[in-house]
Amino acid sequence: MNRLWQPSATIDALRQRAGIINRIRAFFAERGVLEVDTPSLSHAAVSDPFLHPFSAQYIPEGGGQAATLYLHTSPEYPMKRLLAAGSGAIWQLCKVYRNGEIGRRHNPEFSMLEWYRPGFDHHQLMDEVDALVRAVLAGESARRITYAAVFAEHTGLDIHQCSDADLQSLAAARCGFQGELSRGGYLNLLFSECVEPRLQAPTMVYAFPASQAALARVVEGDDRVPSAARFEMFVKGMELANGYFELTDADEQLRRFEADQAQRKALGLTALPIDMPLVDALRSGMPSCAGVALGVDRLVMLALGASTIGEVIAFDTQRA
Amino acid sequence: MANYSTNEFKPGLKVMLDGDPCSILENEYVKPGKGQAFNRVKVRNLKTGRVNERTFKSGDSLEGADVMDREMEYLYSDGEFWHFMATDGSFEQYGADEKAVGDCMNWMKEQVVYTVTLFNGAPIAVTPPNFVELEVVETDPGVRGDTSGGGNKPAKLVTGAVVKVPLFINTGDVLKVDTRSSEYVGRA
Repeated sequence: MNRLWQPSATIDALRQRAGIINRIRAFFAERGVLEVDTPSLSHAAVSDPFLHPFSAQYIPEGGGQAATLYLHTSPEYPMKRLLAAGSGAIWQLCKVYRNGEIGRRHNPEFSMLEWYRPGFDHHQLMDEVDALVRAVLAGESARRITYAAVFAEHTGLDIHQCSDADLQSLAAARCGFQGELSRGGYLNLLFSECVEPRLQAPTMVYAFPASQAALARVVEGDDRVPSAARFEMFVKGMELANGYFELTDADEQLRRFEADQAQRKALGLTALPIDMPLVDALRSGMPSCAGVALGVDRLVMLALGASTIGEVIAFDTQRA
Repeated sequence: MANYSTNEFKPGLKVMLDGDPCSILENEYVKPGKGQAFNRVKVRNLKTGRVNERTFKSGDSLEGADVMDREMEYLYSDGEFWHFMATDGSFEQYGADEKAVGDCMNWMKEQVVYTVTLFNGAPIAVTPPNFVELEVVETDPGVRGDTSGGGNKPAKLVTGAVVKVPLFINTGDVLKVDTRSSEYVGRA
């Protein structure tokens, strides 16, 4: 008999996981944040050039126009539309889907906790993320450090001064890397190979390079140069959460979507439909807010001391 | 040879890296939430035995290496080459040089079957069986009756290898040795 019928997690791990989910639910209930549930199938996909959504065919019964729908890679866009519609603070725990991602810390479907706080900036949201993580893992408060400072600490390079050639030679020396990458690509490689594994104690990295802003606004005052109001939390060398002081400017949002589309084309990927309802929602006015997405499976991995994601989800994709 | 992409880098796959044949040991998928995916790959250079870590962009590929492991009986050494014969009935013979034999030199015994790694048809590495039986050529005289296993002493084997043995072992005894740990297992 094939043993793949068995769960990848132990029943005890699933019991502990359920306890952590209850704690998360209580955390938001105490703070008066509204739980929401947005669609996992949508007509548009994320624009992020390095995320590959699953697509599915909608076929009307009895005939008619079929349509391609995309499984969400995060609930960000519809949650922002709720904010624009006046929801106030909201949170969601849902399954999200990312094609092609499989590894020790990756499963093509995983659980994401995402929340938005009108009136907060990224520094206030870092406080709240820290409180939530400590409600689950206990332990000390996270250290906060800028991207440039933590990069310099572990590589000796100043991202504001160093040349592309400096990054390239360090990638060859430290990671044996050969190949072509953009400056942003080298930063990403060096960060994930030389910095991330060293961030063992809880750490919030903020003030990302403006080129890695994604959907964060660009601000002055966090670093010597204008930087993305974006933060990531790392625990035991693992990326756990990614947050923004959210971009609210519709025109800038559209420009970034179009820049992502251009990058997808340059990478030889098919361009995906732009989410115009999000642009329209921003245009009608989304309150100033900060938002964050946190990998719940990874949080459970940390709480249980698990080394693979399969140990904390009932059935990993191999067994699904 | 075929090309293999990073998602096909399974442990045991043989690929060409910097002109040398290498065996994949581990392949870890690394992907930041935002940004390019990479594969952190641990490889063993089959010529030098050295283990290296290399990072590739996900989707990059490497050429496969024409590497084959064959079971062969060790025949003799002429001082320059160690001669082996395939045990698959082909009676094909191969001469491995000192570099290819490497650390296996400690465990060479005629008529024993070894795994010989061929690259483009030529031996590049020799792996001994997990256990070999070799004669002691030099050790302090045995302590009669001491079979308790407490205490040990060095013993030099016929190949020149030195292993730690219990006190009761004598010159001329044939020992079973674990080649992976260089440890004495028992008298043969």
